[in-house]
Amino acid sequence: MKYFYNKIVDAVREIGPGLVLIFIIEIVFFSITSEYFFGWNNFKNIFRASTIIGIMALGQTIVIISGGFDLSVGSVSAATGMAGAWMLQQGYGFFTALFTAIIIGGIIGVGNGAITGYGRINPLITTLGIMSIVRGLGFIVSGGYDIAIRNKTFLKMGSGQIFNIPYLAIILVSLFVVVGLAIPKFTFGRYMYAIGSNERACVLAGVRVNRWKLVFYGTCGALAGLAGAITSARVGVGAPQINMGVELGVITAVILGGTSLAGGKGRIAGTFLGLFIVSTMSNGLVMLSVPTFYKYVATGTLLLFAVFYDERRRSNFAKR
Amino acid sequence: MLLKLNNISKSFGAVSALKDVSLELNDKECLGLLGDNGAGKSTLLKILSGVYKADTGKTYINDKEVDFTDPLLAREAGIEMIYQDLALADELPADANIFLGREQKNNVFGLFKTLNKNKMQDEATKVLSTLGSELDASRLVNVMSGGERQLVAVARALQFNPTILLMDEPTAALSAEKASHLNNLILSLKKKNLGIILVSHRFSDIFAVCDRIVVLNRGKIADEFLVIEGSFEELSTRVLKIMAGK
Repeated sequence: MKYFYNKIVDAVREIGPGLVLIFIIEIVFFSITSEYFFGWNNFKNIFRASTIIGIMALGQTIVIISGGFDLSVGSVSAATGMAGAWMLQQGYGFFTALFTAIIIGGIIGVGNGAITGYGRINPLITTLGIMSIVRGLGFIVSGGYDIAIRNKTFLKMGSGQIFNIPYLAIILVSLFVVVGLAIPKFTFGRYMYAIGSNERACVLAGVRVNRWKLVFYGTCGALAGLAGAITSARVGVGAPQINMGVELGVITAVILGGTSLAGGKGRIAGTFLGLFIVSTMSNGLVMLSVPTFYKYVATGTLLLFAVFYDERRRSNFAKR
Repeated sequence: MLLKLNNISKSFGAVSALKDVSLELNDKECLGLLGDNGAGKSTLLKILSGVYKADTGKTYINDKEVDFTDPLLAREAGIEMIYQDLALADELPADANIFLGREQKNNVFGLFKTLNKNKMQDEATKVLSTLGSELDASRLVNVMSGGERQLVAVARALQFNPTILLMDEPTAALSAEKASHLNNLILSLKKKNLGIILVSHRFSDIFAVCDRIVVLNRGKIADEFLVIEGSFEELSTRVLKIMAGK
C-alpha cells in the first residue's frame, strides 16, 4: 500500500501539483454547474470517450519521450478498424480481427520508425506523410463505404460492461497500469528516456538507436491499431473517416500530462491525468449544452497552455 | 604493444581527414595528440572508438587485428572514450549513464530480463568512490555541476575496466582548478595498466600528463617526440611552428 502511495506522490510531484489541481477544479466546476455531471453513469461516459484517445496517447507518450512524434495515429486507427471489420465480414473470429488490426498498426508504426530512423527524415514530416497516405488508401480501398460489423463479441467490446464497469474502462486502465509499471523495469523504458534525452550519446554508447525507434513507433502503431479496433467496435462499422482530427486530443493529453516535446521526459501517469483533463472538459461542456465546436477551442487552448508551460519549465531549468 | 595503427586513412567526400597515419601506444603510457582544428585528432579517436570506419589501414590491439564497425564492438574490445561534450543522457541518473548500452539485468524465470537497478546503483557508487567522489549515483545528471558530470563520464569509461582510454578535450569545459584535478586523475589512471590517448588544445595539460606527443597536421603525422626531450617552452614552440606551417 505504501509502495503505491509513494508512487502516486512521486507521480504528482513529477507531473506537477498544478495539473492535479486543474483536474479537481474541473470536476468541482462541472459538478456545480451541471446536475448531470457528477455520477457513475456519466463517469462511465467519460471513460468510454477517453479510451480511444487514451490508448493512442499511451503510444504517443512512448514516441514523444523517445524524442519522436507520431501524427499518423488517427489515420492508422481508421485503417486498422476497417481491416478488423473486413476480417469479421470474411467470417474470421474476434481475436483474429483484433490481432489483425493491432499487427497492421504495428507494421505501419515500424514503417514510421524506419523512415524516421534509417531514412533520417524528420518525424513530423514522416508521420504527416504517412497520415495522409494511410487515410487516402483507406478511402481508395473501401471506395468510401463503411464495413458493417455483426460479430456480437466484437461489438460487446465497445459497449459491454461487467459489474457496471465498461470493458473499455478496464482495457484503458489495465493498459496504463501494465505499461506504466513495466517501463521502469525494462530496457525498453530505459532506452526510451535515454534516446529522447540524448540520441547521440546513445549511439556512442553502442545502443542500437534505429532499431529501438522501430520498437517505439511499432508499439505506438500497434496501440493505434487497438484503438482502431475499439473505435469500430463502438460505432459498429469500419470506416475510412473515423478518428479524423483525433491527434489534437491525443497530443494535448500527452503534453498536458508533462511529457516534454524535447523528449527524455514524461510519465505514463501524467498522460493518464492529461487524458482525463481533456475528456472531462469535453464531457463537461456537453453537459452544459455548449455547442460541440467550442470543444475544439477549449482543447486547442489547453494544448497551447501545455506547450507554453513545458517551454517555461525548460527555459527556467536551463537558467539554473 | 597495446595498440598499433598502420596507415589509417579517412576521407569525407573530397576532404581527406587522415592520410596514412601510423602510431603505437604502450601499456601505462599516455600519448598526447596535438594539432590545429581540422588536423584529424578527433577523427582518429572516432575511428578507434568505432564511430567512424577507416577507409584504409589496419588496427591491432595486443597484436590482434580488429575492425570496429560500431562503438559497442570497440567498447567490448576494451576501448572507452570520454567525449568533449561528455555524451551523457541528461534526463537519466548517473548510474543509468554509467551503464548505458551495457545494462545489468535479472533473468526472470528464464522468460524475460528486467533491469537490475540495485546492482547498477551499487557498482556505479563503487566506481565513483574509486574516483574520490561521494556523488549519489541515483541523482539525475541534469542537476549536476560540470565537474560532477565530468566524473560521471570518467566513471562510465572506467566501469568496465578498459585497456585503452581515449579522451577528447576532456578539460575544455572545466575551470583551471577542475582541469588540474582531472590531470591528477589521468596520472593515477596511467598506473592501472591502461593506455591513454589524450587530445587537448591546452598544451599545459598535455605536457603535464603525457609521456609522448604526436603532432598531427592536415591529417598527417608531422612530428613525434617524448616529453622528456625538452622543456615545456621548447617543445611548445616546436609544435606551434608545425601548426603555423613553418
